[in-house]
Amino acid sequence: MVDDKKLEIAGRKFRSRLLVGTGKYKDNQAMVAAHEASGAEVVTVAVRRVDLSRGTEEAMLNFIDTDKYFILPNTAGCYCVDDAVRTARLGREAGMSEWVKLEVIGDEKTLLPDVVGLLEATRILVAEGFKVMPYTSDDLIVARMLEDAGAVAVMPLASPIGSGMGILNPINIRFIKEAVSVPVIVDAGVGTASDAAVAMELGVDGLLMNTGIAAAGDPVAMARAMKLAVESGRLAYLAGRMELKQYASASSPTSGMIE
Amino acid sequence: MITITVNGELRQVQSGATVADLLRELGIGERRVAVECNREIVKKERYGQAGLGDGDVLEIIEFVGGG
Repeated sequence: MVDDKKLEIAGRKFRSRLLVGTGKYKDNQAMVAAHEASGAEVVTVAVRRVDLSRGTEEAMLNFIDTDKYFILPNTAGCYCVDDAVRTARLGREAGMSEWVKLEVIGDEKTLLPDVVGLLEATRILVAEGFKVMPYTSDDLIVARMLEDAGAVAVMPLASPIGSGMGILNPINIRFIKEAVSVPVIVDAGVGTASDAAVAMELGVDGLLMNTGIAAAGDPVAMARAMKLAVESGRLAYLAGRMELKQYASASSPTSGMIE
Repeated sequence: MITITVNGELRQVQSGATVADLLRELGIGERRVAVECNREIVKKERYGQAGLGDGDVLEIIEFVGGG
């Protein structure tokens, strides 16, 4: 049987190809249970001002076992290079890791990335020693530019953040996978398990999702469904699917029929 | 007293106060935060020596849920 290697990003090996977010859960207990069921090792977090009016509330990070999970700060909500770079630096200081999921958003309604700003911010942060994982459009030219700029992975969107619309343009995702040598992690848009399987069947290295799990009726059940779908899609990709045919091809012998 | 801006809000602190003093006063000395003063990161190991000056603009952040 095919032997799958581990997901490896910038020399670090991860046992799961599913990366999960920490946003939109009804409470921290639900989040912890979903993370557990997902089998994920990497969890993303956002960087925000401490709310000084409620200083006694327990910090979200206290609920996450940082010996077990690798914390990946993001720059979500940043609309310019300067904000994204400052947020990444703050995240590094708070997280004590050089890794960042870099977002430079260009449009409020679609949350699509500003790829020009993204490329500039990637160059700045790579020069400062960051391991940059940019959230990008499904454009292979941009993906290649990000790789050339030193990104340790590229993370094209499947459909807009939080939309759950699935893989809108599978061929573009495949083009990106063929065009770059760094890992390709599909980030955003996965709504249900079949979307995750489709993404993995395209040959991408991993999948990052938040809303698909957190906004499900039962996030723990969906987390497990996503775990299985990612493994299943990956295995199907490695197995090599059968050739598509236009007409039927009998599975049973056509000779030896009774008369 | 001097006036500084913390997370967008004006605040009075004792002149000579450090970042460590401010975090203690805000009740977040034990939290995993990161601090930026006038757009430059203040390293944790320097909180005790980093003095605050009149008009300083600080951002104090922590991790929250996100994707």
